[in-house]
Amino acid sequence: MAQAQTQGYYVPHGSHWPIVGSVALFTLMIGFANLLNGASVGATLMALGAALLIVMLFGWFGTVIRESLSGMYNEQVDRSFRWGMFWFIFSEVMFFGAFFGALFYVRFFALPWLSGEGHGILTNHELWQGWQAIWPVAANGPEAIGGKYEIIDPWGVPALNTLILLSSGVTVTWAHWGLKEGKRSHLIWGLVATVALGVLFLILQLKEYMHGIHELNLTLSSGIYGSLFYMLTGFHGMHVTLGVTMLTVILIRAIKGHFRPDNHFAFEAVAWYWHFVDVVWLGLFIFVYWL
Amino acid sequence: MSSATAHEAHHEEHPSGIMRWITTTNHKDIGTLYLWFAFIMLFIGGAMALVIRAELFQPGLQFVDPQFFNSMTTMHALIMIFGAVMPAFTGLANWLIPMMIGAPDMALPRMNNWSFWILPFAFAILLSTLFMEGGAPAGGWTLYPPLTLQTGHALPFMILSIHMMGLSSIMGAINIVATILNMRAPGMTLMKMPLFVWTWLITGYLLIAVMPVLAGAVTMLLTDKFFGTSFFNAAGGGDPVMFQHIFWFFGHPEVYILILPSFGVISSIVPTFARKPLFGYSSMVYATASIAFLSFIVWAHHMFTVGMPLSGELFFMFATMLIAVPTGVKVFNWVATMWKGALTFETPMLFALGFIIMFTIGGFSGLMLAIAPADFQYHDSYFVVAHFHYVLVPGSVFAIIAAVYYWLPKWTGHMYNERLGKIHFWLSTIFVNLTFFPMHFVGLAGMPRRIPDYALQFADYNALSSIGAFGFGFSQLLFLYIVLQTVRGGAKAGDRVWEGADGLEWTLPSPPPYHSFTTPPAVR
Repeated sequence: MAQAQTQGYYVPHGSHWPIVGSVALFTLMIGFANLLNGASVGATLMALGAALLIVMLFGWFGTVIRESLSGMYNEQVDRSFRWGMFWFIFSEVMFFGAFFGALFYVRFFALPWLSGEGHGILTNHELWQGWQAIWPVAANGPEAIGGKYEIIDPWGVPALNTLILLSSGVTVTWAHWGLKEGKRSHLIWGLVATVALGVLFLILQLKEYMHGIHELNLTLSSGIYGSLFYMLTGFHGMHVTLGVTMLTVILIRAIKGHFRPDNHFAFEAVAWYWHFVDVVWLGLFIFVYWL
Repeated sequence: MSSATAHEAHHEEHPSGIMRWITTTNHKDIGTLYLWFAFIMLFIGGAMALVIRAELFQPGLQFVDPQFFNSMTTMHALIMIFGAVMPAFTGLANWLIPMMIGAPDMALPRMNNWSFWILPFAFAILLSTLFMEGGAPAGGWTLYPPLTLQTGHALPFMILSIHMMGLSSIMGAINIVATILNMRAPGMTLMKMPLFVWTWLITGYLLIAVMPVLAGAVTMLLTDKFFGTSFFNAAGGGDPVMFQHIFWFFGHPEVYILILPSFGVISSIVPTFARKPLFGYSSMVYATASIAFLSFIVWAHHMFTVGMPLSGELFFMFATMLIAVPTGVKVFNWVATMWKGALTFETPMLFALGFIIMFTIGGFSGLMLAIAPADFQYHDSYFVVAHFHYVLVPGSVFAIIAAVYYWLPKWTGHMYNERLGKIHFWLSTIFVNLTFFPMHFVGLAGMPRRIPDYALQFADYNALSSIGAFGFGFSQLLFLYIVLQTVRGGAKAGDRVWEGADGLEWTLPSPPPYHSFTTPPAVR
């Protein structure tokens, strides 16, 4: 096939998927920016861009899967994919790091300073005399932006969700054992359980958002608490959605019999990603919901 | 068997015309694309710099209104950083790393294509903001809120274009790191890698670590503007200073992303023209790693005047001064490499020497800025502008130019015109100093940056700076001419090109074959 004579390392010749991806991203971004500026074409462009992006992802990954199945990838190519996935997850960790950094900065510096601690004494005296920040219930700032709100009880649905995600980490590992021992039904049911737990997590999370927004008056605009809460859990939820999607693809591929006990990097990559999402949730549960 | 061969032969034909460049997965093609893209952006960003210098030629308002002036400073910075210097280094990495480590190509060739082809679209979006209601972004490339949130229609376009640039950088960096970790020829151990490869490995790591942080920071700007969040709004419990912390947590490693590959380039060129091996190879590697580590714990030296606790000022001051140690190790090693060497002064060596001297000047002014109480005076003055232009123009840009002269014969198979190259060097060096050296004086005398007008006392030095800037800008047209001339023809270059050159890339023919090493070479 389209391979250079390079002693085994697969170097594909030309691909039109990247340029399709660039056009898709371009359309998506232009659309989103227009939408934010209130232009009516925005939503249409966004939808077009997103659709094209999905086409690109199907096409690109489809090509890679076909190449993998036809045995074009040797061990060295496999290692490139492993490094690629490892560093991608590291970049995701750093993305969440920015928001966790904001969380800690606000809790340990910004709010105490606004309350007059340390060198914030003049700010407090001149601008918001006597205001005291109380995390989490009065963390929407001296002007109480968004009004009074209540926080979500960590020991209700969030604790249940922690249990669900941790269990899904177990089921995905269980599926991996099945795969390594060549037991297909074991693999498939492990994946089904993982996907189901992921979906259950998302449903509960959505219900909890509805509860927060409609009953507790906790919204994205509830000052810094609402901002941090929804951005952190929201980005996490988006990553869970992506993870569930990838797990579903892996499930379909497992049913089609794509994986061999000694060669199944796609499965492992998604499992790594799933564990990453899991660990981020633990950080969220401890530092956003609980403490 | 024969049908399989025929099939392969069919696929070996490369699509011609524009589709070759759009669909290519070849590291040399993509390297070339990156380098030409960077060259175009250098001229666009340079034209903006000339608008700034034209306005500042005399006191008073001459050509542009203040808002547009500020758009020019903002866009000039964004274009030069993300459009010129970073893509130029990624282009060099693409061309050189597979050849230097004995690999057929990059580890992830399709993703390599995507990393490049996102860039033209991202910059199309960024440049389109010049024509938008409310003008292009004018709040400075550091995007500090609340000022940046006053940008007009351009704001979401700018932020989303930065997201695209970040995506491109992260994918490019992942590819380079995976290539270096996985594609080395047998025997090419980590401590045998050329320093250009080492510096890029560490740069790649920095990029993967901090570009997502920038993405987080600008996302918070976007949600503060459009979705009612209060990240940078004190009334809602947030803090505008927090943006500066997150931004500079990205921004300071970013500074080293812009300079570390230059260290690799200089460490390749100096030994060649000194005809001696690099002095202190392993100390160079450790110094690079130390600089990368320190880059994560010095960010707040960009914000000494923002109102930090004393402990913060002290910590960031001392941590910053520590960077002088590994950087000093590098400069001394380059000098020691030249010591008692059989030196010759071809154009790449001239640019490398210019780099060593002028980058060191920029390093020293950096030390001055690192001293917190002194920085209270220099902050946001032209002294800062002089400092970072010394490390970026006769620093990074000179290193890129040196690299182009050094490897262009390898890439094209032709020698460049040495006489014109030398003229280019002297014009660039004289004008770059004429542009930026007087800025030290006006800065110390109190001239603030990002203002289109100034007090009469600064007039003479500003006039000199403007003359220098136009001279430097037009000198680069000579560079363009030399490159084009070399691409089109010229004396045939040998495989090794420079008699003192060492490294796997010189064992390949000039120009090298389409797939660099189809069989891994033997490494001593």
